[in-house]
Amino acid sequence: MTTLLSVENLSKVYTLGGGLFKQSRELVALNDINLTVEAGETLAIVGESGCGKTTLGRCIIKAQPVTEGKVFYHQDGGQKVELTSLDKRAIKPWRRDIRMIFQDPMSSLNPNMRVFDIVAEPLRVHRICKGRELEERVVSTLAKVGIPADAIGRYPHAFSGGQRQRIGIARALVLDPKLVIADEAVSALDVSIQAQVLNLLDDLKEEFGLTYIFISHDLGVVNYIADRVVVMYLGHVVETSPTELLFERPRHPYTEMLLEALPIADPTRRKGRNKELKGEIPYLGNRPQGCPFHTRCKYAEDKCRAEKPVLRPINGTAQMAACHFAETLNLKGAYDAAPQKVIA
Amino acid sequence: MTKPLLSINDMSIVFTSPDEPDIEAVRQVDLTLTPGKTLALVGESGCGKSVTARAVLRLLDKNADIRTGEIVYDGRDGQVDIARLKPDSTAMRSIRGAQISMIFQEPMSSLSPVHTIGNQIDEIIVLHEGLKPKQARERTIALLDQVGVPGARDRANAYPFELSGGLRQRAMIAMALACTPKLLIADEPTTALDVTTQAQILDLLRQLQDDFGMAMLFITHDLGVVAEIADDIAVMYLGDVVEQGDVFEVFKTPKHPYTQALMSSVPQLQRKADRVRLQPIKGTVPSPKDRPVGCSFTSRCPHAFGPCAGTRPERTQVSEGHMARCHLLTHTKEEALV
Repeated sequence: MTTLLSVENLSKVYTLGGGLFKQSRELVALNDINLTVEAGETLAIVGESGCGKTTLGRCIIKAQPVTEGKVFYHQDGGQKVELTSLDKRAIKPWRRDIRMIFQDPMSSLNPNMRVFDIVAEPLRVHRICKGRELEERVVSTLAKVGIPADAIGRYPHAFSGGQRQRIGIARALVLDPKLVIADEAVSALDVSIQAQVLNLLDDLKEEFGLTYIFISHDLGVVNYIADRVVVMYLGHVVETSPTELLFERPRHPYTEMLLEALPIADPTRRKGRNKELKGEIPYLGNRPQGCPFHTRCKYAEDKCRAEKPVLRPINGTAQMAACHFAETLNLKGAYDAAPQKVIA
Repeated sequence: MTKPLLSINDMSIVFTSPDEPDIEAVRQVDLTLTPGKTLALVGESGCGKSVTARAVLRLLDKNADIRTGEIVYDGRDGQVDIARLKPDSTAMRSIRGAQISMIFQEPMSSLSPVHTIGNQIDEIIVLHEGLKPKQARERTIALLDQVGVPGARDRANAYPFELSGGLRQRAMIAMALACTPKLLIADEPTTALDVTTQAQILDLLRQLQDDFGMAMLFITHDLGVVAEIADDIAVMYLGDVVEQGDVFEVFKTPKHPYTQALMSSVPQLQRKADRVRLQPIKGTVPSPKDRPVGCSFTSRCPHAFGPCAGTRPERTQVSEGHMARCHLLTHTKEEALV
């Protein structure tokens, strides 16, 4: 497999407040992120709200400037382009290859534009085609996502949530991208519509040979769609792993906690009470010393409070975790949640 | 079998509008709630589950009308039909918030931003139980403590914006429990929360149900949450309860095509080798205006046949306590193929 995108030592720091006599505060949203995206895979980024998964997505495409670190895009010929060093104009051609699908289909489409124009806009901005050719390309892209040609003159409000998300997908795909960043693309949809969109994303990946970065908080969906998973907590990558290994045997206690909390749509696998879930995500501004997760971790020891663990391969497998005890802990996966006794 | 606390019989809710035809948002719904049990009301957006819940508390907008049916509540003062009470009557007010209370979806927008959470909970206790403010505050602190708000005494003086989403939802739950209600209606109480917080809140609700023995009507669209918390389930589609029964039974042998389709739309937690492609329901939910006279699921149902569009299927008993509304249950396969 060839690498399509690599992120090296990426950090993002927001500066809050501050004034003439007031000290400003720093909020570290992303802390030294390293990851690679292989061509053709679906890489999921998971974590709870505020963990930095959306910020990471936006930093990759340079929708937000990064504070430190580099993002490389690997061209077909094997040449690397450093996206983070490019200015607004220079990055434009690469934005054809890396596209984004947004979370909320209600607010990510301009209500004053017709569907045709929404999907045609990227083609116009990048001066790819016009006239007849443009029209054909827009109509055929919309057809692929299931929007009929007679609906292209309508405005977004005339469509349902699921259809709007399809329009957002068409807008991302009309430029024939290589990499699509889907930020919570199915979270706002009803289950039956969510299934349609997930299948659509699957089919389109096959047809166009796409690579996805799939940002989500829903581990059920991630297990279904992703090849590899990156788990984030408080701006850190705490674990990266092939999907099946992660759900089989997580290596970081935070991943175990997420799996433990995940409700499964099967009452015979009901988890019942006494889950060992502690606390809440601390505020980013006062991140704990040492391991960021130690305040909620049931395995935490003195070492965790003092020393920050590094992300490293575990026992020579494809799994990487940032936990001092990752090699020795025997954490519980999600596939074999013991069926609870059925109470008649 | 314990006596039901609340039974909704044959309830229809119609929304009227001066320049548009009436919309029947809920038609002929029958639900029963028993003390100590949780009934989950499941469905996609717009299916009428929140409207049903609000009708029980008579919190519907002015243009909504409970056209037929009754809501029989077996409360402190004997049986009353809530559907016949005036929303602002003393009788209704003594029920709402005290005997039947509700947890709303978005804690940020349903709590007052300009009052401390302590004041908001005190108010209910003072109003319904006639306690002095000082005594009420003691009770509030005990409640906050019980729902797991750390440092309850100080947090009672906090405004909602000072609390995290999970704590806000806990404050909301404390408020709902202030007068030890007999029935708790929870409208998507965990939808806006992260998974770990969601699991904590579900735990808390189960714990409280054990302690207080209240009945719970739990509204959600998440089948995972239903499987985790419910005793009984009622599946709604476009204003109809299409299937209801014991949660184990319904998950094991769903009888209505909509329930079946809903269950195969959710990704199962399986290894790659066992993974099956999702089977989404074709099309989208039609607007209530375009609902067929017969079964509301006709337009999207893979098995639709002769009588589906024109005749409304009867409530058919599948097994003990398991009901579904589908013609396939009363017609044989051969008839269905004609």
